[in-house]
Amino acid sequence: MNTAQKDTTTAQRSSTTAKKNGSAKELNYSKEQYLEWYTLMLRIRRFEERALMAYGQQDVRGFCHVYIGQEAVAAGIESALTKDDGIVTAYRQHGTAIGRGVETKKAMAELYGKATGIVKGKGGSMHFFSRENNYYGGNGIVGAQIPIGTGIAYAEKYKGTKNLCVVMFGDGAARQGALWESWNMAMTWKIPALYICENNGYAMGTSVERTSNVTDLSKLGASFDMPSESVDGMSPEAVHEAVSRAAEHIRSGKGPYYLEIKTYRYKGHSVSDPARYREKDEVKSYQQRDPVKVTEKAILENGLATAEEIKEIKDSVKAEIAEAVKFAEESPYPDGADLYTDNYSTPYPFLT
Amino acid sequence: MPRKIALRDALREAMIEEMRRDDTVFLLGEEVAQYNGAYKVSKGMLDEFGPMRVVDTPIAELGFAGIGVGAAMNGLKPIVEFMTWNFAVLAFDQIINNAAKTLSQSAGQYSCPIVFRGPSGSAGQLAQQHSQSFESWMANTPGLKVISCTDPADAKGLLKSAIRDPDPVCFMESELLYGYEGEVPEGEYLVEIGKAAVRREGTDVTLVSYNKMMLPTMEAAELLEKEGISAEVIDLRTIRPLDRKTIIESVKKTNRCVVIDESWPFAGVSAEIAYEIQKSAFDYLDAPVIRVNSADVNLGYAASFVEEFLPNAEKIVRAVKEVSYAK
Ligand SMILES: Cc1ncc(C[n+]2csc(CCOP(=O)(O)OP(=O)(O)O)c2C)c(N)n1
Ligand SMILES: [Mg+2]
Repeated sequence: MNTAQKDTTTAQRSSTTAKKNGSAKELNYSKEQYLEWYTLMLRIRRFEERALMAYGQQDVRGFCHVYIGQEAVAAGIESALTKDDGIVTAYRQHGTAIGRGVETKKAMAELYGKATGIVKGKGGSMHFFSRENNYYGGNGIVGAQIPIGTGIAYAEKYKGTKNLCVVMFGDGAARQGALWESWNMAMTWKIPALYICENNGYAMGTSVERTSNVTDLSKLGASFDMPSESVDGMSPEAVHEAVSRAAEHIRSGKGPYYLEIKTYRYKGHSVSDPARYREKDEVKSYQQRDPVKVTEKAILENGLATAEEIKEIKDSVKAEIAEAVKFAEESPYPDGADLYTDNYSTPYPFLT
Repeated sequence: MPRKIALRDALREAMIEEMRRDDTVFLLGEEVAQYNGAYKVSKGMLDEFGPMRVVDTPIAELGFAGIGVGAAMNGLKPIVEFMTWNFAVLAFDQIINNAAKTLSQSAGQYSCPIVFRGPSGSAGQLAQQHSQSFESWMANTPGLKVISCTDPADAKGLLKSAIRDPDPVCFMESELLYGYEGEVPEGEYLVEIGKAAVRREGTDVTLVSYNKMMLPTMEAAELLEKEGISAEVIDLRTIRPLDRKTIIESVKKTNRCVVIDESWPFAGVSAEIAYEIQKSAFDYLDAPVIRVNSADVNLGYAASFVEEFLPNAEKIVRAVKEVSYAK
């Protein structure tokens, strides 16, 4: 069990954590936990803002889907799991990967298409992978990661570990047949998969309401008797609690669990989407519950940290992202000939 | 009177004209209606035809392609739009195992008049999963016709023919060239499926290509002209059935051929063309047929990979010099 897990279990057991932190209010988690969530969410937010800027400057190309607004999902998942658990997700994946532990400089260098990127400039925005962090990648084909994640979890069961695999997908992906096939097998075979739908309300320009008669996505597991919950994705605490419950269930050998995490993307689907299909007020209503701001407020109001300490975190995140950009800018592009590496594991007679 | 319009507008005109003409024709796919199409090909069509005929689907390629197949068997003429052909991979079962085989399996009782359309090929730095060409995949399958064309006038006429065709047609466009403009005639016209176009006449070498590779191919032909090499350029437009006659006639005249094909080389369209030439024009050849393909690998994201991967005018010129035994 890693330390994040230990921290939280202690936090959950003791209802006095908040008092220990010098707060009069009832908080469920330790100061360290709140600061960890805050720092990670801020890191992701600043990374994404900088990535968008770099896209505007044409340093980043191709498709680029940012995670702004959804940071609490990554934060709450990571604090509730161990690094031995796997995660696989779709193409809106910078935040998930950074949450896993992918360094921002390697992530930024990847966006810049540099040889020092997390996949050596081969993947770009949609495809980070990190074996050391058990991060099985960002997948560009909507829904493809659902059976894949199920298989990653299957392998954990096969090997007899206590690990699970978090299988993340969007509300749009929830309508793919791949989900239904996977869920049936996962339940039948009690596969240790934690399915997380990041329901941000839209698949490109299509709202959840326009894709099905079943618009409550937490109900999707019902036909498989899959334990399911709907979770507030603007709150790292809520995500953490739900993921902890789910993980306990899965690790006890009872099979899959499903969380519909209600979140929101503040920006368009990708950089090229002006998002005219939704009302400004809708965006605002979520921004009022912004996880970064709300967590910062909670930290300050409960005296978990001083304004100076918060400023220190902000400064250090700012410096880290500036450093990441510098690293990306100064790194070399991959050699064109590297196109031929890693297509096969052994030497191969390519046609030329 | 011809006018200059973009490929996306030409494709839209084709669909609109056919939908006005035949009320069994309808369009379905992701984001085609309210969002006006991911690449704005179907812009305004929902307003004119309403939600029964311009249908937004969930992200469920296998499902909606199959719904198209069933509707086609039962008297409708669906146009199924894939946001890109990379996502049509999820629907291959319905295209290959079903649409292509309906007529044969039912011994002619049921036909499957359906068009599967969307962009094929790379589109900048989109990395491995979003950069693939599907012409040779689909053209390998009996029962399907395959069109791959980016000239706006031809694309319009071919799409209209595809919609009227009694059999399934895979129609491949280009994400990068939706804004590419060309002269398109006013009024009603069709372009026949299975006929290549000679875009430029020449005497020294035949260049065969299609889709967006026509651009570097035409560019290469101009460069070659400056060096005194006269290239004839053929735009296949239709991949299956292949217009063997136009290719062979040209090679008999020029005695040399280079095929420029964004598909991967192995078992690709270019391999088929080279086979046809050696079979039907062997005695006319002054050099082996060679081809310029995308690299035989997965395409990575970085700009340097895209550059290395794709055919370009320079690589084509080099290939022509090779078949011309010129320096
Ligand atoms: C199989 C497939 N079909 C279509 C697409 C094009 N596409 C990319 S993202 C997307 C929307 C997905 O929405 P959702 O699952 O809700 O994820 P979000 O973007 O909201 O994170 C679509 C249609 C694709 N990449 N793969
Ligand atoms: Mg979504």
